[in-house]
Amino acid sequence: MTHSPRTRAQRLSIVYGILTIVLILVVMQLWLITATMNAFLGGNHTIVWPAALASMTCLGLNAGLLRYLMRLDR
Amino acid sequence: MEDDNSTTAFPDGRAEQEQPKWRRDFPIDVEADEYGSRRDFTRFMVLTSLAFACGQVWIALLSFFRTRRPTEQRIAAVDDLQDGQAMVFHYPTNRDPCLLIRQSENQFLAYSSLCTHLMCPVRPELEHDRLHCPCHEGYFDLATGRPAAGPPRRPLPRIRLRIDRGIVYATDVEERTS
Repeated sequence: MTHSPRTRAQRLSIVYGILTIVLILVVMQLWLITATMNAFLGGNHTIVWPAALASMTCLGLNAGLLRYLMRLDR
Repeated sequence: MEDDNSTTAFPDGRAEQEQPKWRRDFPIDVEADEYGSRRDFTRFMVLTSLAFACGQVWIALLSFFRTRRPTEQRIAAVDDLQDGQAMVFHYPTNRDPCLLIRQSENQFLAYSSLCTHLMCPVRPELEHDRLHCPCHEGYFDLATGRPAAGPPRRPLPRIRLRIDRGIVYATDVEERTS
């Protein structure tokens, strides 16, 4: 079994930092989906695909951060 | 391995990180509990992020499959409506109720009759030059279809009309954001 070389206090700081970034990205995604839905229902379809791409990018960043967090526990 | 500053003595005498997962997930130390709860909250937020991304892709797919333009459709004869009267019709499909309003002898207006707030049917109040949504007291300006009061934020979709030889035709739907 391998263990994280970091102490509990260090891991706590890391999880707080990651959580902050994830929260900011999720709030951005919330704003993005609200704005996209408003534009879509208003007949403006031009921003739909770029917004989907931006949201997928945010998801990719979040998933990467979560993966890093999971690896901390191994 | 560095000392993890654990204050808990485990029954088997081994270090915290050598304990089974169930014991590590329900720690006794406050710091360890805080770490676990923040980590699990982060997992939940990433799941929320996945839900938002799926929603965005869903909107994009809807947009991809809804690009066809509506075809022209006969609505009514000009003489079917007197000045200041309104009638209901459906356009572009039978599931899209609309309102045709005759403001004056030569002026016809048509809007989707579904409120842009929560899709309740709006009612014409021609004496006040407005359309009224009774569900949440939303009002739309009759001349423009823009929201005048209440919760709606987007204008009613306008139905483009063409009048030819005494017949009113709907030709297109104009959706607007402001």
